[in-house]
Amino acid sequence: MVDSFACTFLATELDARSGICSVVEQLRVMGLPEAHANDVQIVLAEAVNNVVEHAYASALPGDVRIRCNLNKKQLWINIHDDGGPLPEGKLPAGNPIDLSVPTEELPEGGFGWFLIRELTSEIQYIRKDGNNQLSLCFEISTGGI
Amino acid sequence: MSLTSTMNDSTQIVTVNAERIDAAIAIQFKEDMRSETESGASRVILDLSEVKFIDSSGLGAIVAAMKQLGASRKLDLAGLTPMVDKVFRLTRMDTVFDLYASLNDATAVGNT
Repeated sequence: MVDSFACTFLATELDARSGICSVVEQLRVMGLPEAHANDVQIVLAEAVNNVVEHAYASALPGDVRIRCNLNKKQLWINIHDDGGPLPEGKLPAGNPIDLSVPTEELPEGGFGWFLIRELTSEIQYIRKDGNNQLSLCFEISTGGI
Repeated sequence: MSLTSTMNDSTQIVTVNAERIDAAIAIQFKEDMRSETESGASRVILDLSEVKFIDSSGLGAIVAAMKQLGASRKLDLAGLTPMVDKVFRLTRMDTVFDLYASLNDATAVGNT
């Protein structure tokens, strides 16, 4: 049996924060284990921040629509927006952070895609008709962790 | 962004009185840390025990706060809750900062 729901909010930082919290809460109510709920919250924060800061960067904020499909084995989350495309239309590599630099040169950003790739089992990106669809898969472990 | 400070010998303990350090608040946090740590204490312990969530913006702001202190001062982190700890471990930022399970653990180390 598949449980699904959708949620839409405006692509501003504060609306994103409350939208993500309500999505995660809804997933908990649907029975998503806590450890997975934490991973989802981290990934959603990064992916939605990218929409807020980059997809709608040079325009008025539009909507972000999140759809979730949860079954026993997988959670698929689809994030839809009408903003600009990913650079070169491709998923960023999200390489691990280089921490071998002197302290004063440590990066203060650019960790988002690394975190998204670490915590998801599959990522799909489709750009069509002027909008973006990012689909993220989380494997749900059955039984103990 | 609410920060409160106490001094313990020459150590400044800065407590973050917020549940999230995320994109909506990261820049404010960085600025507030700058003014809060103007005291010049050589060791600053950031008490994160009330913080339930940080994203990469929040992590970047904590890195920025450390860089703001300068090379002769140290920023240690205490009381990381599970999601915050996970973000530090995944990004391997737990190798850049000294992390303490609790504020007591952090202050115990300083006193010999």
